[in-house]
Parts: sequence; C-alpha cells; structure tokens
Amino acid sequence: MTAYIIRRLIYAIPILIGVNLITFVLFFVVNAPDDMARMHLGEKRVTEEAIQTWKREHGYDRPLLYKTDASGLARFTDTIFFEKSIRLFVFDFGSSDNGRDIGYDISQRMWPSLAVAIPVLLVGLAFNISYALFIVFFRATYVDIGSVVLLVGMMSISGLFYIIGGQFLLGKLFHLVPISGYDTGLEAWKFLILPVIVGVIGGIGAGTRWYRTLFLEEISKDYVRTARAKGLSERRVLFRHVLQNALIPILTGVVVVLPLLFMGSLITESFFGIPGLGSYTIDAINSQDFAIVRSMVFLGAVLYIVGLILTDISYTLVDPRVRLSS
Amino acid sequence: MPVMPVVLWTDGLVFLLLALIGAFVLHASRHEHMRAPWRRVVRSRVGVATIVVLGFYVVVGLLDTVHFRLALDRQGDGSAETRYSPEVLSLLDLALSGLRERQEKTYSAPFATHLFVKEAIEQPDGTLVRDFPRLEYGGAHLEDPARQRGFDIAWRAAWGALQGLVIWVVLATGILWLIARSRGETPAATRAVILAGRTPTPWRTALAMLGIMLLLSAVAGELALKYHILGTDKVGEDVFYQTLKSIRTGLLIGTLTTLVMLPAAVLLGIMAGYFRGWVDDVIQYLYTTLNSIPGVLLIAAAILLLQVYMSNHADDFASLVERADLRLLFLVLILGVTSWTGLCRLLRGEALKLREVDYVQASTALGVGHFTLIGRHILPNVMHIVLITLVLDFSGLVLAEAVLSYINIGVDPTMNSWGNMINSARLELARDPVVWWSLTAAFIFMFALVLAANLFADVVRDAFDPRLKGAR
Repeated sequence: MTAYIIRRLIYAIPILIGVNLITFVLFFVVNAPDDMARMHLGEKRVTEEAIQTWKREHGYDRPLLYKTDASGLARFTDTIFFEKSIRLFVFDFGSSDNGRDIGYDISQRMWPSLAVAIPVLLVGLAFNISYALFIVFFRATYVDIGSVVLLVGMMSISGLFYIIGGQFLLGKLFHLVPISGYDTGLEAWKFLILPVIVGVIGGIGAGTRWYRTLFLEEISKDYVRTARAKGLSERRVLFRHVLQNALIPILTGVVVVLPLLFMGSLITESFFGIPGLGSYTIDAINSQDFAIVRSMVFLGAVLYIVGLILTDISYTLVDPRVRLSS
Repeated sequence: MPVMPVVLWTDGLVFLLLALIGAFVLHASRHEHMRAPWRRVVRSRVGVATIVVLGFYVVVGLLDTVHFRLALDRQGDGSAETRYSPEVLSLLDLALSGLRERQEKTYSAPFATHLFVKEAIEQPDGTLVRDFPRLEYGGAHLEDPARQRGFDIAWRAAWGALQGLVIWVVLATGILWLIARSRGETPAATRAVILAGRTPTPWRTALAMLGIMLLLSAVAGELALKYHILGTDKVGEDVFYQTLKSIRTGLLIGTLTTLVMLPAAVLLGIMAGYFRGWVDDVIQYLYTTLNSIPGVLLIAAAILLLQVYMSNHADDFASLVERADLRLLFLVLILGVTSWTGLCRLLRGEALKLREVDYVQASTALGVGHFTLIGRHILPNVMHIVLITLVLDFSGLVLAEAVLSYINIGVDPTMNSWGNMINSARLELARDPVVWWSLTAAFIFMFALVLAANLFADVVRDAFDPRLKGAR
C-alpha cells in the first residue's frame, strides 16, 4: 500500500512539471512581459521607461530562461522561469500584480469556499441518492417517467438561472435571507443558506439521473435476482444489496472532487459575494492579474492530481476485488 | 454586384461542417448497418419531435451564417467601381431588418407602447410633464393604446396564426403526398394511418410539432412587425432580435468545438490504444496533464492572453465583426483543447479492446499495414462513440458559453449571445419595478435548445449504443 502511494506520487511529478511548463509558455512566452506591462499601464502611448519600471517592480525584468551576464548558478536562478515557475513547486506563489502575498490570500480565502462547498456536496449527495433510490423503487411507473422528465428539464437550465432565480425569489421577493454578502465566524450561516440551497438544486438534475442509471445497472445483475429469489423484500434488496454495491462508483466519483472543493465555485461565489477562492480567481481574471491566475492554475492541477490518487486508494478500500499490484 | 459575400472564419468552419455532414449522410445512406441506428432515432417519438425543434434553430443559425456587405448607392460620381457598406450583415439581419432598425431609447416592456422610464415631455402648450413617453416604434400605429392595444394584439396574433396554419397545411399536404407515394397508397389512406399514429416513423408527432413551431413563429413574426414582443433592453435594442441572433453563437460553440477537437481526439485516442507501449504512455501523459488544469482557468488564461494580444495589435482587425469572430474561433479552439481528453480516453479504451478482436488479429497475421487496419477495422467500429460524444457534449457546451460570457471570458462583448444577454441583464432584477424580459427571453430560448438537445442525445445514445438498451 505505502509503496503504491509512493509510486503514484512519483508519477505525479512529471505531470506537475508538464502543467508548470504549459503555464510558463502561456504566460511568458506567448505573451511577453512587455505586453503585460503595456496592458496594465494602459494600452497605448506608454513610454519604454514606464514599462521597464513596471517590470522591475513586479520582477519581470529578468531573462526568461538563461541569464548570460551572471555567473554560476545565478545564470539559472535569476530568471523568470526559476523565480515565477519553479517556486510554485514549493507552493511559494509570490506576490500578486498589486503587491499582495498570494499564499496568504489563498490560506485566508479557502475557508469561506469550503463553508459553501462542503454543505453543498453533503446535502446534495444525500438528497440525490435518496431521490434516485425513490425513483428506482418505483421504476417503470409514472413516478419514474415523470421524475426523469423533471430531471432532464432541470439539467437543461443554466446554472446562472438557478442563482438568479434563487436570489430573486428568496432574497428579494420573500426577504427570507440576505441576497449576498459574508460575515466572519459563525455569523456567516445566514449568508450561506441561499448559496447552499441553490447549489444543491442546481445539481439535482445531473446528479440524480446519474445515480438512477447506476442503481438501474446494479439492479439488473444476477445477485439481485438471487436475493429476490431468496424471498428478500424489495426494500431490503434495494438498501442492503443495490445501494451498497452502487456506493463504489458513487464514492469514487465523490473522492475525485474532494480536493477541488478548496477551489470553490467561481460563479456561485461571485454572485453571492462570498470571499472565497472562486471569487478571488474571478477578480483576478477581471483585473487581469496574471500572477494570481497562474497560481490558481497550478493549485488546481495539484488538487486534481491529489484527487486522482485518493480515488485510486479509495477503490482499494471499498472494493476488495481491486488489487494494487502491477 | 449588389452584394459582396463575406466569409468569416467561423462561417467557413460551418460550411466545412455541413460538407462533412453531407458526406456522412451520403455514405451512411448506402450502408444498411449505418442506416439502422438512424432509423431507430427517427422512429422514436421524442427523436422526431426534437429533430423538428432543433431544425428550427439550425435554420435560424444557418441564415445568420451567410454574411455579406451590401453595395452602397452610387453617389452619381460616375465611377464604375461599386462601393460596399462597411457593415457586415447576414441573411437573418436582412430578414429581421425591421427589428434591427427599430431602436427605442431605453427599456420598454414586452408589447409596451410606452417607455419604461419617465421622461420630461413637452406639452403642446409649452409646459413640461414627467410621464412615460410613447415608444417610437412599438405600437406606434395605435391612436389610443390603452383602449386599442388588447384588441390589436389579439387580432394580429390571430392573423399570424392563420398564416402559420396555411403554411403548415401546405407543408403537411406536401409531406403527406410524398409519404403516400413512397407507400404506394392513396393520400386519403395514408392520412388515416398517420392520424391513427400507425406509421413506423411517428409522422403524427412530427407534423404536430411542426405545426406548433410554425404557429409560434408565425404569431411571433406577425406581432414583431408592430411591437417589441420581448421588450427592449437598456439601449433600446429589441430583445427578440438579440435572442434570435444569439442562436448562431450557441449552435457554433456547441458544434464547432467538437469539430475542431475531433481530429486530435480520434487520432491520438486510437493510436494510444492500438500501438500501446511508449506511444500510449506519451499520449496518456499528454491528456492527463491537460486534464489536470481546471478547464475554466485554462480558458480564462488563454482568453486573457488573447485580450492582451488584441489590445496590442488592434490594427490587425478590419472590423469589429471580424474581431468578435476571431475571438469566437479562439474560444472554440480553447474549449476544444479542454474537452478532447474525455473522448480520447474513451477511444483509447475501445481501441485497446478492438485490437484483441479476432478479425483484427487475423488482419495483422495476414500482414495488413497498421494504418490500413486502423482505417478499415478500428475507425468504423468507434464511430458510434464519436457520434454519441458529439451529441452529448453539445448541450453542455451551450450552457458553458453562458457561464463563460458571464465571467467575461466568453465571446466578445459586442457579439450577441445568451451569456452576454444574461451578463448585461443580471442587475436588472434589482431595479424596481423589475426588468425581467431580457433574462426571460434568454432563458426560454436557451432552455428550449438545451432541452431538445438533451432529449435528442438520449435517443441517439440509445440507438447507437446497443449495450445501454434496456438499462434505461
């Protein structure tokens, strides 16, 4: 087991190097730092001097890969590639284009993100699984057909409309909850209700339909027929056999997204004014802060890879048939 | 020449896509095993109903894809050279020129005859009164809107419905006659069979759906001549026109993204599964790496870079339309980069299985070359996966466009799209009284398209993937 995990971690290294190279090429080669400076300083009629100053202030005045007029290791370390890209590996994100420490911002902002993402995940999971079980219990009846139509309809609505509709109905019309905003500490709960409700409702369509397919796949297998032939009640068949076996794909599907919960949801957070990593990213995109976007790309990739590794491990824990050899 | 055709980049790709679809249809119609699943699609009631709905969207989108520049009137200077207007128009613009040109001052509600906000109006006696002014175009033909409007709308709707009905009867009769001829029956007998719903292809559903769509279009078209049926937006543009123009953007993103990613996904996926070994390792590494970057962030990064490039090279673009078009093309490309990995992985798995199949082993033993073998045995056997993915991805991409445009990394802000409509309308709900029509219009048109696409995708998947049959 330990050996397997270590091997998986070693496999992750070339992927991270690849991600790093892609971001480096995207941000520094395709668009030279000169272009970035010009953009920030305001398009046209910028003096060469101002560009150089901006680059010096933000540490973009080094050569890209190799410094000819330095000696020793400094030839490689005093470059943009080393300063801006290699340092990401030790999670040293540097400072954003307006001078704030990105690492500190991330550590502050991940909590509000989690405060929204975890309830959405848990409540959504509980609701979707129960609803899917309910549909499967009444399969091939009007309950089933009506539910599937409803689910496809819900899937076809853009997530933006759930948010706008939720804010309008609950926030503006009924004045039940604040429309957007955030508070520190436990006082934040009333700001979290609406995003969580909207997040859960927005996920019902695709989620429940997926679980329904899983359950139906499981229910047509031989062991279910055997269980019924033994005289087990439909309820027992569903909960003891079908649910337990279908939990394997459900669990692995959940584990893979767990680490990404840190990143938050871009849209939800920006609509509801939650100061999490999602709105952090959106703000960075809108103010064209390349340093933050670059850090978030790298962080997202790391978390995704962690998710993949966790998925593989969780497979072995829940499904004894899966072996970690080879 | 009165017009000068303009082929934008995306137009070219649409024409390429049409040519490919045409070639595919021609090819498929000659092979029974390829016709069979399609027959299953058109024999399902949901299948034909969604085909009709999607057909209406496609027609609007295609009309909006034929671009040209109109010739300007000669100024009488006698020069032989015709000059063309700098404005790039499409056939749809021409058909809706009334809607496009009838611009009001600012917001007005659907079917309104007065503006949504009060203005100082000068009375005949010279005094100023703050009131809602009459619209310049919406309901301008009415003398006393308060009294006449309801009757006028009802009358026009009825007249529109009548026109729609006539068109439908003509079309339905034509279709009926064609079916009767192919079945070798009299039209009356065929009509009875169709009405009873006993034709293999559910023509009753198809014709009913066609009737509904034609009625809706005709009523909307007739009313749109005199009113702003979905209101006007902040700068007074007709919302109905905007949402019709958005159809092209939605369709393009949904289809072209898959088109541009297809060659890479198919080639790499099959190569990885077929050759295995180091080829497999390299390709797997490639897609795991790309996949591990969160899609939205990769798109954001790429679009940011494009913005930098465009603002630094503003002179390279002849017109706003071309600039917006290039941005759309770029968005399609980058969406393709983020979404090809799923298909690639599926194809790799399938190719891994197929290379062990007896007939492939036999071909290898007989000394058939790798690429002949892939072309002859592997590729035809994975085409159904490609097709299912193409159809399944469509609705997701249409929805993604709205989200991306909302965070300003989607299509160009000057381009009509549902995302841009939502983006510019999101603060309108906070107004009092509420401005709801822009959002509603985008919602309805998007919902209808995505719902039809989702249902159609399910039918196609069931028809093409035999393993899934019975599971649902």
